[in-house]
Amino acid sequence: MQNVMNLSFNALGENEAFARVAVASFAAKLNPTMDDLAELKTAVSEAVTNAIIHGYDSNPAGIVYITASIDDGEIDVVVRDEGKGIHNIDQAKEPLFTTKPEMERAGMGFTIMEHFTDLLEIESSTSSGTVVRFKKRLADKRVRCV
Amino acid sequence: MLTMTAETSGKILCVRLTGELDHYYSEQVKEFVESEMEANQTQHLIWNLEQLSFMDSSGLGVVLGRYRQVNEMGGSVTVCGLNTQVKRLFQLSGLFKIMYFEKTEQDALRRLEGSSCKMS
Ligand SMILES: Nc1ncnc2c1ncn2[C@@H]1O[C@H](COP(=O)(O)OP(=O)(O)OP(=O)(O)O)[C@@H](O)[C@H]1O
Ligand SMILES: [Mg+2]
Repeated sequence: MQNVMNLSFNALGENEAFARVAVASFAAKLNPTMDDLAELKTAVSEAVTNAIIHGYDSNPAGIVYITASIDDGEIDVVVRDEGKGIHNIDQAKEPLFTTKPEMERAGMGFTIMEHFTDLLEIESSTSSGTVVRFKKRLADKRVRCV
Repeated sequence: MLTMTAETSGKILCVRLTGELDHYYSEQVKEFVESEMEANQTQHLIWNLEQLSFMDSSGLGVVLGRYRQVNEMGGSVTVCGLNTQVKRLFQLSGLFKIMYFEKTEQDALRRLEGSSCKMS
């Protein structure tokens, strides 16, 4: 059976830790490995940080929405903002590409999300904002390997 | 939560981070390390991340930013005590190619102090 959780919060940096810990706690019932849990937290942190600093340009009035669902040993996470959108998604995904070098951004967020999840999808428009979705298999890994 | 401390030994500054480094704390780390570097005229910077349980790309940005400053003055950056997750971030972003990596702070100090003895 599918199990779904929804979260929404203001675009404040102090909410990043809350968001990644909430998703990780929700995922804990799948009994993930420590490494998988750390990767999941990192991917959530990247998507939420992007929504705050890029989507809403750090305006705390913006709202970040997270939906996480668990089904058949896999977690599906959707992080959405109603911010300014991404002009060129292919370019945004390139390692080291950033539109905020003055903020000391490394341009590694999407690259990290791609490496730390099993499937990453990005949808964006300059009128409605950005939806980042990723899936990660967390359960049964050891069983599947043998 | 993130806490930080720093210790100097000659021209070497060692920064120790405890907790989680994300966007919320990255500006604080930047300001702290920059002021320590200025006050101590730091040439070589060591990041001791043994007690850092979590980091995301915001941390990479701070480390890279300080690398640029130190590198401009002819110094070096060493990172030590990486856990699995943090190590993968450094690998993905290619930072292993431009910085030194050691297991412990003592290893890093030994190498740096060894080389500065040779110079004098
Ligand atoms: N939610 C978003 N809304 C608008 N633009 C975005 C969003 N997420 C990403 N972007 C754009 O995509 C670029 C690349 O994102 P990515 O996370 O890879 O790097 P970064 O955030 O710039 O740096 P880092 O993640 O290393 O701190 C950003 O610089 C920004 O221009
Ligand atoms: Mg980012």
